[in-house]
Parts: sequence; structure tokens; C-alpha cells
Amino acid sequence: MIAVVDYGRGNIYSIGQALNRIGAEFSVTDNAAAIADADRIVLPGVGAFGDAMAGLERRGLIGPLKAAAEKGTPLLGICLGMQMLADASEEFGEHAGLGLIPGRVRKLDRSAARETRIPNVGWRRLSPKPGDRLMDGLTPGAMVYFVHSYVPTPDDATDIAATIDFAGRPVAAVIRRDNVIGYQFHPEKSGDVGLGLLKRFVEFVA
Amino acid sequence: MRVIPRIDVRNDHVIKGIHLEGVRKVGRSNEMARKYAAAGADEIVFMDVVASLYGRNSLLPVIEEAAKDIFVPLTVGGGIRTVDDIVHVLRSGADKVAINTAAIERPAFLEEAAKALGSQCIVVSIEAKRTGAGWEAMTHNGRQHTARDAVEWAAEAEHRGAGEILITSIDQEGTMAGFDLDLFERVHDKVLIPVIGCGGAGNAAHVAEAARRHCVDAVCCASIFHFDKAPIPTVKKALADVGAAVRP
Repeated sequence: MIAVVDYGRGNIYSIGQALNRIGAEFSVTDNAAAIADADRIVLPGVGAFGDAMAGLERRGLIGPLKAAAEKGTPLLGICLGMQMLADASEEFGEHAGLGLIPGRVRKLDRSAARETRIPNVGWRRLSPKPGDRLMDGLTPGAMVYFVHSYVPTPDDATDIAATIDFAGRPVAAVIRRDNVIGYQFHPEKSGDVGLGLLKRFVEFVA
Repeated sequence: MRVIPRIDVRNDHVIKGIHLEGVRKVGRSNEMARKYAAAGADEIVFMDVVASLYGRNSLLPVIEEAAKDIFVPLTVGGGIRTVDDIVHVLRSGADKVAINTAAIERPAFLEEAAKALGSQCIVVSIEAKRTGAGWEAMTHNGRQHTARDAVEWAAEAEHRGAGEILITSIDQEGTMAGFDLDLFERVHDKVLIPVIGCGGAGNAAHVAEAARRHCVDAVCCASIFHFDKAPIPTVKKALADVGAAVRP
């Protein structure tokens, strides 16, 4: 059973529809025990980092999420959910994250191409890291949908499983450290390619 | 360059009884949306054009249904007035809201919304009508004056927390005589957030022209698709032919 974490800030409905579409069984929950028992966990996220972490804290979910990740439960953070896997974010002040994939969340950098728009909105081409088991076999040129102003910058380059180009530089689009995975794009809003990437997570064995 | 069909939801509304309780028939709008998504629409915008009649947006059933088998971003506009309105719309499957009247009447609303939910889900919709040397921002579906310069308002909206600007030319809208590219360019030059241009596209060449001038990051079109003047693949090909990056 996949647990989709409901902490008040995420597009649960759309993620649910996408999971239905790929035939994955899930339950929407904010219950620590359900998260501890889950086979897989999806952490959605839309909005602001500090606010979202506070939402997790209020429901006592930070500990259970870390524990589940530590024991090897596959965990997928989507969009803001991916950012929350990091140590901290600089969005609206300094806020601590879950610390599951070391590194900070920073504002997108357009210094190399100042006319680049922020937020980064639209369909972008994924460049997967050769050899990453999660991304292995991804159709070249696969495009997925992004809408974000911040992005994690992992300390360890081996935690970056795919990038996109932003203002002339690569930024993390997929991050992975063993069973902990992050998709900066919205797999539930990226057409068939997105559904395929959601399916990859559902079937992934760390 | 994103290609975004706009669906104005009005005909689906059925009024029953003396208490004006409306029941939305969601069929038509969703049929159109599914067709567009299958044809390659990068996003879809749903506008509730009778929202002012009911003082609120009532597209929730339409969106819930759409989100069941359309997996591209959905934006909903019309009658969005409070942060709660936005939360309800997002919970029903929409990804962004388009706000016009409520934002220009009380710009602080944008700050509140952005703080609560993030700028990326806030699209400020500006309907611009030519006046003298510039454009005036209008509300209530182009019927009410605000005496505000549309381009200046776009700059303020960005400052207050808008994630994107949806700029519609009232003069060109529905004419299929081409976009108001000067309007798009003025707004595009004024802000650093994405700008979606809308109003007047009648053929693929009109859309390609907008790409050639680099004056928008996305195009939002209604008539050209609803009246089958040029299907989405034709428009995308025209964009690719002038070198714009498009999703195949």
C-alpha cells in the first residue's frame, strides 16, 4: 500500500487520479502509524517550504517519515516534497527540511541568462544521469512539467539522477539517494511521460 | 513556448427552481478539454464566465471531472476572491488559479495568496483595452473600467506575488485577426515572470509571429481551436518552424 501524505499542502487529488490511472493502490493519510506501515510513501507538495514543514511538524510526521526512509521504505517527494528532502531551504527565511538528501534548497539562478523567467514554468527536457537505475531506459528527449522558483542543490553529485537546463546551467530535476527519491516536476501533470515516471517509482526496488 | 487552449464555461449551467440553485452539466467542457489534451495541449485554462452572476467560481465539478483523465496542468479563473476559494479550486484538481478583479481591487490579496500557497499557483489575469497611447486594465469580463494602466498593473502584480501574467487583449479577442503583439511586448519587457498572451489568434502564422518576436512565454487561445481554424499540432509545427522550443 502506498501512503500519500496529507499534511494540508499538496495536490492530493491529482496525485490520486494519476495513481488510479496507473493502477497503484494507495491511501491518503496523515497518520504516523500508516506511514510506518506503508510499502511506499509519496510526499506531495505545493506552496512554501517553511509552511509545508510546519504542516508536517504539526501532525507529528517528521519523525515517522525519517524513520521510514531510514528503514528503506521507498519515498518519493514531488515538487516541494522533493525540496523538503533537503537539509534546509532559503525560501522566506531559513527553514530546516527532512535532511534525507544532504544539500540546500536555493532560489533558481538566472545570472548566466538574466532574461530567463522565474518561476520556471513549462515543459522541459530531462537529462538523466547515465547508469542511474531509476532513470535507466528513459526515452531520450522526454519532457515533463515544472513550476517552481527554488531547487535543491545536493552536496553530493551522485545524488542527482537527472537534470534540466535552466538559464544555461544544469539544475536537479530528479534526485535519489538509495530509496529516497525526488521529482522536481509534477509526474501527475506531465501527460503519459509523467505517468510513466510515476510508475517507475511505484515499481522501483532500491 | 506553451500552447494553452482556453475553455470558457458558460453553457453548461442549468438554473433550476426559484432559489437559483445551479447545476453544472460538466459534459461539454470536459469533452473539449480531453480532446485538446489528446491533441497536445500543454495546459488548459477553464474560465467561469458567469461567476459574477453567482458571486463565486463554480467550476469545481468541472475540474474534478477533468482531473480524472487529463494529466496536464489545469488553470481555473472567474470569481476567485479569497484564499479559501483558491484552496478549494486547487483541492479539486486544478494547479493554478487566474485572478483578475479581486487582485486589482485589493492587491494585498495577491500577497496573502502567494504567502499561503506559493506564487507558482497564482496567475494574474489582465484584460487590456487600448486607450490613447496605452492600455487600460478592465474587470468583469471587459465591462468595467479601473483607470489603471495595464502594463503598470502587471508590474505591481509581479511585485505583489503573481507567478505568471495572463495578458488578454480585449480589442483583439474573438476577432481572429491576430494578437496585439505590442501589448504583449510591453508587458513582457516590464516583468521577469512568465507571460501568457491571449486574444485574437486566428491562424498558426499569428502564433508563430508571437514566437518570432519573443514577446510571450506561452499563448492562450480560444477561437482558433474551438472553431477549428488550426488544430494544436498545426500551431505547434508553425512554432517549431520559427525555432521556438515546443513539446512535441
